[in-house]
Amino acid sequence: MELLVASAIGVLTAAGLYLVFRMRTFPVILGISLLTYAVNIFLFASGRLTIGAPPILQKGVEGITYTDPLPQALVLTAIVISFGMTAVVVMIALGAYLGGDDDTVNDAPKDDAARQEDAT
Amino acid sequence: MMHWIILPVILPALVAPFIVLAARYHVGIQRVFSVAGVLALIAIAAGLAWQASDGTITLYQLGDWAAPFGIVLVADRLSTMMVLLTALLALMVLLYAIGSDWDTRGRHFHALFQFQLMGIMGAFLTGDLFNLFVFFEVLLIASYGLMIHSGGNTRLRAGVQYVLFNLIGSTLFLFALGSIYAETGTLNMADLAQRVTAIDPAETVGIRVAAVLLLLVFAIKAALVPLHFWLPSSYAEAPAPVAALFAIMTKVGAYAIIRVYTMVFPPDLEVTAGLQSTWLLPVALISLALGAVGVLAVRKLDRLVTFSVIGSMGMVMVTISLFTPESTAAALYYIVHSTLAAASLFLIVDMVKSGRADLYLTPMPAIGGAVVVSALFFVSAIAMTGLPPLSGFLGKLLVLEASFPTNAMAWVFAVVLISSLVNVVGFSRAGSILFWKAKAVERPAEEETPTPPATLSCVAVGGLISLLVVHTVFAGPIHSYMTATSQQLYAPEPYISTVIETPGKLSKPKEGDH
Repeated sequence: MELLVASAIGVLTAAGLYLVFRMRTFPVILGISLLTYAVNIFLFASGRLTIGAPPILQKGVEGITYTDPLPQALVLTAIVISFGMTAVVVMIALGAYLGGDDDTVNDAPKDDAARQEDAT
Repeated sequence: MMHWIILPVILPALVAPFIVLAARYHVGIQRVFSVAGVLALIAIAAGLAWQASDGTITLYQLGDWAAPFGIVLVADRLSTMMVLLTALLALMVLLYAIGSDWDTRGRHFHALFQFQLMGIMGAFLTGDLFNLFVFFEVLLIASYGLMIHSGGNTRLRAGVQYVLFNLIGSTLFLFALGSIYAETGTLNMADLAQRVTAIDPAETVGIRVAAVLLLLVFAIKAALVPLHFWLPSSYAEAPAPVAALFAIMTKVGAYAIIRVYTMVFPPDLEVTAGLQSTWLLPVALISLALGAVGVLAVRKLDRLVTFSVIGSMGMVMVTISLFTPESTAAALYYIVHSTLAAASLFLIVDMVKSGRADLYLTPMPAIGGAVVVSALFFVSAIAMTGLPPLSGFLGKLLVLEASFPTNAMAWVFAVVLISSLVNVVGFSRAGSILFWKAKAVERPAEEETPTPPATLSCVAVGGLISLLVVHTVFAGPIHSYMTATSQQLYAPEPYISTVIETPGKLSKPKEGDH
């Protein structure tokens, strides 16, 4: 299972980074979503992988296996935050695309054109 | 238990929804509540700073859960000082936003402004790394809204870049937190500081990766080269009061680096040895140089100011990266100075912008109220470039003095002095083209004379500049306070014991438990 989880994190991160480097808003947002999935699994795994154990320390029993509950709480927070952030960025990116008719993620080309005009 | 510490977080968090829900259509009421909130914030921040000034470390356990299981807020000299600085800056920025009517050019300016303050205050006060992440997100999501306030295509475009860059930064932050948790099993800073010393120096791969990832995240926030690309266009395109408020956001990154890399991963810690001295200093020097080159190379006033911000962040990071008590004191002095100077420059850029067709450095007819605006620009530029008599000069002297006994002395002296000269050239060129040559250009007869900036706007910028003057005049007491602050940072034992040993709910096991 370690191999499966580790390769899932790796593949998601690689795919996410590839999409982020496409520099168009839609692929970049998809890429960031993949990156957040990767980091969520990573956070989840940071409390060690335990199967079929409750996230509870029990009284008076030594050496019992339990799942670390803290990473689960962290992942929950991270999921909520990344969900909200993705919604915000989709709205802003849509606004920029509809306004400028261009979805590349860089400085406005109009700015460069004006600068060249200014230089000549 | 003292509840005052959480008030800088709670107060904006209450004022903001009130403004959204109750005062939605009444900008006058919004203004009154926003200003009243910030004034109360200043009072609270001053009280907290007063309380921490004798070296007391005050702890607030949320829900009375003991650290490291519960989240704690900690008020020591450094955090209360940053909180006070933020509150003072917020007041001036708010006055400018009201005076220049920026807050009526879009919806929800005041609510977002309060939420932004809540995030910044929380980031300065928290004693838990994951909580720091959460407050970073609070301040970021508010800043996304503020960044695109009043809209416009170029602004939205710059906003997309800014948001995407910061989302990647947040993802990186989570990766860093995950690796730290996997290595140590805690995210409370004080607990972490104890546990990293217990790591076997032979098996440091994980914790080293985590320390570098965390440094990268904070470097993105602090706009260190090569992670500075988000800063110029987003700060230049953001509404002026927002850009001025963002002057404190780069300092949040600097604050986090100071906090984490003096307490959790101090320079003498064996498992992460070499991280600061090998990597941080060269990168900071390059930032400083690149900021100066940018100031000379750009053709627009707003970009010029953004590059001077990058340069001044480079300066702060050069000083931080020396990691001696003297250098950290100098860095703290310079952080206060550069926040105020950058904020006033951003506001002045807006005053210039309202009287001109664009901000390209070409002679154009004089703007309205040119005498006042050019005088303000002159003083702020002197402060920013570090010429005597203002605090920029004193800050640079402190930086140079702190670097004198270190090995990197030659590099620091060379880069700081040359970049200062280049900055002076860049700013004086911009100022003389914008204000001096404007006299020679006749205004076409059909154009009406532009109106001068509102009195309240000038008062706000004047307020920032007078804070700079105060920072200069009382440089002696302020510097000794900063020295005390940095001594507190380099002797973190009281901080750690306060956080760990204060009893909470979990520390009193009932009979029969073990």
